[in-house]
Amino acid sequence: MPLLSIKNLSIEFPGRYETDYAVEGVSFDLEPGEILGLVGESGAGKSTIGNGIVQLLSPPGRVSKGDIYLNDTKISTFTDKEILKVRGSRVGFIFQDPMTSLNPLFTVENQLVETITTNLGAAPKEASRIAVDLLDQVGIPDPEVRIKQFPHQFSGGMRQRVVIAIALAGEPELLIADEPTTALDVSVQDQILSLIRKLCHERKVGCLLVTHDMGVISSVTDRVAVMYMGRLVEIGTTKQVLTQPQHDYTKSLISAVPRANIKIDRFPLVEYIETTEKGLKHIDVSNHWLGEGLRHAHSEALLEINDLNLSFITQDALLAKNRKYLQATRDVSLVIKAGESFGLVGESGSGKSTIARMVAGLQQPDSGSIRFDGVELVNNPDRAAVQQARRQMQMVFQNPYSSLNGRMKVNDIIAEPMRFHKLAPPQDVLQIVGDLLDHVGLGRQMGRRYPHEFSGGQRQRISIARALASRPRLLICDEPTSALDVSVQAQILNLLKDLQDELGLTMLFISHDLPVIRQMCDRVAIMRHGRILETAETETFFEHPQNEYSIELLDLMPRFDRIYENEAVTQPKQ
Amino acid sequence: MTQFLLQRILQAGLVMLIISMFCFSIQGTLGDPTRELAAMSMSDEERASLRESLGLNDPLPVQYGRFVKRALQGDLGTSYFFKEPTLDVILKKLPATLELSFAASLIIIFVSIPLGVFCAIQPRHWFSRFTMAVSVVGISIPVFLTALALIFIFSITLGWMPSFGRGEIVQVWGYWSTNFASWDGIVHIIMPSIALSSIMLPLFIRLVRAEMLEVLSSEYVKFARAKGLPAMPVYLKHALKNTMLPVITVGGVQIGIMVAYTILTESVFQWPGMGFMFLEAVNRSDIPLITAYIMFVGFLFVVVNTLVDLLYGVINPMVDLVGRRQ
Repeated sequence: MPLLSIKNLSIEFPGRYETDYAVEGVSFDLEPGEILGLVGESGAGKSTIGNGIVQLLSPPGRVSKGDIYLNDTKISTFTDKEILKVRGSRVGFIFQDPMTSLNPLFTVENQLVETITTNLGAAPKEASRIAVDLLDQVGIPDPEVRIKQFPHQFSGGMRQRVVIAIALAGEPELLIADEPTTALDVSVQDQILSLIRKLCHERKVGCLLVTHDMGVISSVTDRVAVMYMGRLVEIGTTKQVLTQPQHDYTKSLISAVPRANIKIDRFPLVEYIETTEKGLKHIDVSNHWLGEGLRHAHSEALLEINDLNLSFITQDALLAKNRKYLQATRDVSLVIKAGESFGLVGESGSGKSTIARMVAGLQQPDSGSIRFDGVELVNNPDRAAVQQARRQMQMVFQNPYSSLNGRMKVNDIIAEPMRFHKLAPPQDVLQIVGDLLDHVGLGRQMGRRYPHEFSGGQRQRISIARALASRPRLLICDEPTSALDVSVQAQILNLLKDLQDELGLTMLFISHDLPVIRQMCDRVAIMRHGRILETAETETFFEHPQNEYSIELLDLMPRFDRIYENEAVTQPKQ
Repeated sequence: MTQFLLQRILQAGLVMLIISMFCFSIQGTLGDPTRELAAMSMSDEERASLRESLGLNDPLPVQYGRFVKRALQGDLGTSYFFKEPTLDVILKKLPATLELSFAASLIIIFVSIPLGVFCAIQPRHWFSRFTMAVSVVGISIPVFLTALALIFIFSITLGWMPSFGRGEIVQVWGYWSTNFASWDGIVHIIMPSIALSSIMLPLFIRLVRAEMLEVLSSEYVKFARAKGLPAMPVYLKHALKNTMLPVITVGGVQIGIMVAYTILTESVFQWPGMGFMFLEAVNRSDIPLITAYIMFVGFLFVVVNTLVDLLYGVINPMVDLVGRRQ
């Protein structure tokens, strides 16, 4: 008898003009102790199913058709009062971002105890004891002390453990984990996934794991269901779906996942979802305005960084000796050769973005030097030379939703750097902007629109066009694809590769995603706690890492290709 | 904590210095004090000697220095009309104003929070729409109009309420005169406090509603519901406390403004507080009293805002008053 049985489920969001069907005709079963992965890209309806099971859909969403059975009880028709007895005590929930799913104003104890008293009917004192016990089980050291603390005193991984403890507090039969590790670092992700797997197996709890990450799917799930545009396109054992996908969408999705084991030139088959406009004018860079930026005497080292130091004040005090500092970068030195892609890898807080910000001039280092094409950028009194150098380096930011000014038309966004630096005659600017839009695969007629009319991937194309508009030699990409779906990521990475080949751009590519780095970079530097631990050729690094931390990082990376290598789902370490 | 207080006292000193310069400058420009002090028949020579003895012929920096020195000693000048130290005059009127503001704050707190929360939880309910519509009207009606309407309806037409004064006042702790110790005093404070709260109330209802709506869409509220908590504990425990954070910040500033704004209410209801006193002082060109009032209200603002910041730190564990990044 399946633990959870979903039959022909449809969920709709009635709108003023038309009804949006988020989920259509989805059916699947989940056995006790089994982890079922629900995979798909944003908007596929996978989270909606999770919320729909316990009637947590945000209004006006509703289950329009189909039934949901939990241990043979039909829960889809439960009233508000009845479903309260299901939430928490029979179905536990884990949300994506542990930073936001805990209430910042209450202690962990308060939030755990209220869950236990509500769901198990325990007395507060007994509940406190159970709470300490739960924190111990999810691997939080010193639970008696930590339980009295507030959420902000925990790190991201520890917070997600607290969330898991809360989800388990009502002793549920089913756990719905909605992107439980997306907001976490790789090493923490591995611990959390192992923990979920261990708890599910020990307690015979079924788990519906909603994720967009193929690496996560391959490392913990038993079976996987693939969603596309609200429909279930494929379901089967994890190995079967990942190695022999049947549906075209699944094939396209799998081909778009950056491979960690081998470098390939381009991502094939990625145009299933967001196709670029066909028949756009392609610029011939040899006689176009854009190509004029290429005529530089190529120096060997385009960017040289020497002994770069920066510290932030973490605790301010009146007296200098009482102040506390965080050393964001410590004696960082690196050289980027003209025309190469240089990867900077590290976990959050390792200082990789800080370096990008200092190179781009958004932050002043405490000491050290940054030389771009021989021009010193730090404390150089020759402002004109510095500005000239800065123009030649442009940044592509992580979040395409906040890096474009929503009040400006795309044409103006892209034209701004050209107008500011007076790079082209005013009458030619719009023509060039149109060419750029064509070149990045959007089409010139899109220039009259505003950023909110575009999807995340299209916005990132706009960001790239804007960066190209000042004819840069160095492109600083700070996690350019980590906010994007995997198929869109593949398209953007393809675009960046093409541009680099055509324009001979040098790239500083910052990412926490090792497979992406392998696909994109010629050389790579590993950062931790503000230091560079190792710099190597990318292939050498992945095949023969030297540093202990590098080895650990590579080992922990969820590798969806392990399936190919081992012909079986590897059991994660307990 | 000590550092926070030190910073605050420094800032307060700066603010008070700026206010004192402003006050001093109007002292010199709002007419000739000798005209107010002296009899009609005073000769020009006598007038000149009076100016000399008051120090009005000294250079401005000297006069300002004297002004600040006296202010630091608690001497803000002597009222022309009352012939008493201005600070004593103000302190005598202070309880009336503070009690009025306190009563108005109580009304604001106990009306705006429930209404705002209800409007956020049930945005489509007819009562929520009604409240929102009325609040727009309320925000645009001036205080004196509300006050006059209240007097017309409840005092003149119905004859239920007294239309002016504080009624029976009881002295407590030797010095403080209170309205809250007798039934007559309470009846007298009802209409003025309603009138005074009417200008802030709509703002607070809308503020509470907007903040609550935002908190309700947050992840931790959804997570609290996913934990199996019934709706009411989620609203009243998890959501409300978070809602109150910005409301407290705005509230602190507004309470300060309200103390200063009692002028209109007090003059309509003949309420013998600082605002009414200020208006009379303006009519009488009682310049020392005017400047003393401005200095005092400025001081009150600084104190209230500091208290609000301290309170904020108590409610929000993430705020460390010294400015540590968490």
